[in-house]
Amino acid sequence: GTASVCNTLTNTLITKSEVECLIKLYDTLVAKASRQFAGAGFDRTVFRDTLYSYFGMTDDMVLDRVFIIFDKDNTGRITVEEWVEGLAPLLRGTLEEKMKYCFAIYDLNGDGYISKKEMFEMLKHSLLIQPGDEEPDEVVKDLVDIALKKMDYDRDGKLSFTDFEKAVRDESLLLEAFGPCLPDLKSTMSFEQKIFREIPKK
Amino acid sequence: MAKQESSMSKEPAHKKNQHVEGAEISGQSQSLHNLTEKTECEKGKTCSTGPTDQRSKPHMKWKSSGISASQSGDKVRKKYSEGEGKSRAGSLTAKKKASGKSKSVKIQETSKCKASISLEDSESSSETDEDEHPVRRQEGGSDLSAEYWGIQKLAKYVKGGDPTATLIALCSMRDFDLSEETCQLAIKDTGCLEVLINLLDTEEIKCQIGSLKILKEISQNILIRHAIADLGGLEIMVKILDSTDTDLKCLAAETIANVARFKRARKTVRKHGGIKKLVELLESISVASSYQVKDTETVRCAALALWSCSKSIKNKKAIRKAGGIPLLARWLKCSHANILIPIVGTLQECASEPSYRLAIRTEGMIETLVKNLSSEHEELQMHCASAIHKCAEDEEIRDLVRKHEGLQPLSALLDKSENKQLLAAVTGAIWKCAMSRENVLKFQEYKTVETLVTLLTDQPEEVLINVIGALAECCQEEENRGTIRRLGGIAPMVTLLTSTNPALLVNVNKAVGGCAMDPENMAIIDSLDGVRLLWSLLKNPNPGVQASAAWALCPCVENAQNSGEMVRSFVAGLELLVNLLKSNDKEVLTSICAAIANIAKDEENLAVMTDHGVVPLLSKLANTNNNKLRRHLAEAIAHCCMWGSNRVAFGEAKAVAPLARYLKSKDPLVHRATAQALYQLSEDPNNCVTMHENGVVKLLLAMVGSTDDILQEAAAGCIANIRRLALATEKAKYG
Repeated sequence: GTASVCNTLTNTLITKSEVECLIKLYDTLVAKASRQFAGAGFDRTVFRDTLYSYFGMTDDMVLDRVFIIFDKDNTGRITVEEWVEGLAPLLRGTLEEKMKYCFAIYDLNGDGYISKKEMFEMLKHSLLIQPGDEEPDEVVKDLVDIALKKMDYDRDGKLSFTDFEKAVRDESLLLEAFGPCLPDLKSTMSFEQKIFREIPKK
Repeated sequence: MAKQESSMSKEPAHKKNQHVEGAEISGQSQSLHNLTEKTECEKGKTCSTGPTDQRSKPHMKWKSSGISASQSGDKVRKKYSEGEGKSRAGSLTAKKKASGKSKSVKIQETSKCKASISLEDSESSSETDEDEHPVRRQEGGSDLSAEYWGIQKLAKYVKGGDPTATLIALCSMRDFDLSEETCQLAIKDTGCLEVLINLLDTEEIKCQIGSLKILKEISQNILIRHAIADLGGLEIMVKILDSTDTDLKCLAAETIANVARFKRARKTVRKHGGIKKLVELLESISVASSYQVKDTETVRCAALALWSCSKSIKNKKAIRKAGGIPLLARWLKCSHANILIPIVGTLQECASEPSYRLAIRTEGMIETLVKNLSSEHEELQMHCASAIHKCAEDEEIRDLVRKHEGLQPLSALLDKSENKQLLAAVTGAIWKCAMSRENVLKFQEYKTVETLVTLLTDQPEEVLINVIGALAECCQEEENRGTIRRLGGIAPMVTLLTSTNPALLVNVNKAVGGCAMDPENMAIIDSLDGVRLLWSLLKNPNPGVQASAAWALCPCVENAQNSGEMVRSFVAGLELLVNLLKSNDKEVLTSICAAIANIAKDEENLAVMTDHGVVPLLSKLANTNNNKLRRHLAEAIAHCCMWGSNRVAFGEAKAVAPLARYLKSKDPLVHRATAQALYQLSEDPNNCVTMHENGVVKLLLAMVGSTDDILQEAAAGCIANIRRLALATEKAKYG
């Protein structure tokens, strides 16, 4: 129930009543899903649909990563605790929390480093290949080099969390350097308005 | 303190060298960006394609202009294809070795001094050199810098990437030293500037922020700012001021502050409603709650933008109409220096408008300005002093400055003589404050005159003008005239009579004239050849200089030993003087009449002036409504009557009737001078007839009872003459 969720919640900025609303939303979503597929639970599909409709997030790769991060116990289903815990940094995260979140998204294989290969994967669709370009891969690799030059402080050819953190503290625009993975302010605000509107304003 | 571009800074003459390839690249970027925008549209984000079309137009214009444009364009185009190949190789090192530091001379100021604006700029609310469309120097042919290639490479990602790639490239671009001209111009030449502005027009907040961070830096460059304005960047930035994102708003405002350093840009900001929006930003939070740095950032940036914009007279009005004055007054009370400086800067800029001075008076701003004279920030002190300088045109403000004990800190600031900008502002304030006698007396307490005299040598002109101006005002008090003499201040003053700066000369003349009221001083002035120097200034083409020189000659002639001889010693001097009666300038005419009145007291000199035609020339001036001119003209006529047949000559030259009209004026000084003139003229019977016909008797009768002795006597004497003639006529008629 709410109490257990609140107890495990590490984020302190979400209030109890807000947690209740999130749980309510969860239940609604799961119910809806069950109507379509019996016993579906809060699976990947539901998750992606939810994040799309509430936050306008469309990037498949990112959405997969987010799901994996939410799904801490790797069951393929999001529990209610995972749901609230996962949403916290998106809605109310401190810079520290958001940095951890983004880094986890970008660290595709979860080894604690964002490698050149991973950067390439994430950036390869970011460029429009011009007709004159003979080697489109090289163009992307150049961009990867540029990013690395900017952010790899210890010059080890890959980004540790320390590198990433330093880079973001120096230039906050780099928080979502390898692709948007946080909901934008507008969607967050409208989400909060919609979902938390039943909370009496203090 | 670094100076911003002002009329004093040397901007080298550039030859037009507009690159044709700019058109090409923008064409590319346009199509690419449209593609980029399309993908964004697919992702469900809004996009705009309109403005990009407009933006290509300026490039078409560039194609037709420029002497060597096509030549350099070809060279550069070649470089581009080479460059593409090189960049694909992936390393910058190959390019770096070629051109190290660019040969171009830095003409723009560093980003450090964004808050300081030189006094010349602020005083001249009109155009500066910057308003001429800036022209580019011929660059050293094909020698493009390493920065150019680096930026061009990044530009590719900005043009051809989605927001993610764009952001990475934009952030990397900031690793270049954007205060260096080579980098700034590289951004322009690679067509990156258009793309940066296009990005502003999207709704991608992060891209807008990334772009503005760069634009803010490079807009310190004069060519870039003109380009930004040409490309329609200002309109977009003004729109951005409505955004809900604080960082974005601040960056937009700061960039506007940089770009609005020339007239056309300031006009554009106003035409698109920018002034109103900036004023509204000042309202965003209350002064008391100004502890959040982020909130005050908005105010600081808006104030900076308003400061830049306020240089245009129409913008000063617009700020007032948008309700800016009470907000400026409110923020004047805050304690953050970085907000205070642009606020005071704006006020000081606008203080040339009477409506602002009224507000400054009534909203208690003088008190705050005086308080901040004691700030620890020299820049703030300077702007406060400058504001006082501008406002002290009004007598009430001069009184307020004294009442709020502002004269003492001003005087104390004279000690900070290394900071010339500060010194100029302070001496300016002291000068204008000294126009009130009570203030001069206060300054005497603080020994200000003593300090000012030490500043008569080894100071830049802008300081000297004010120092001399201040001393000129102080000379109205006898004690100060003595002080100046004792401290050896007269010699440097006389030396300054050889200057060529008209503004300086006007003040020096006034000061020398002021000192000359004291016979001891006059002796020194004469011994240093001061009178001859003053006299030769009558030949100066500037009417202000001529007039002030003539005014100064009056006390000189009055107080010099053997003044008659002295005057005669100036070869062709009297001829010169008399001929100035042909001037078109009222002040010149008035001052010359005053000088003539003095000089005519010496009979020989009067004779010489008569030979030079002083009578008809004076008579020609008689038909005037200007009381000051009337007074001195009448005095001159009165004195010139005392030679030969001048009285008759004045009558024949039809000077009498107009003089009669002077008696109808309300000015008692005019009455006195006119009565004296009429008295002298009435010694000639024909003149009496004229006077009688013009109803002089009735008017003079009213003045016989005046408390002014001289007027009384002159009036009575004149009436007596007229009566005597009337009686004689009667007698002659009736035997």
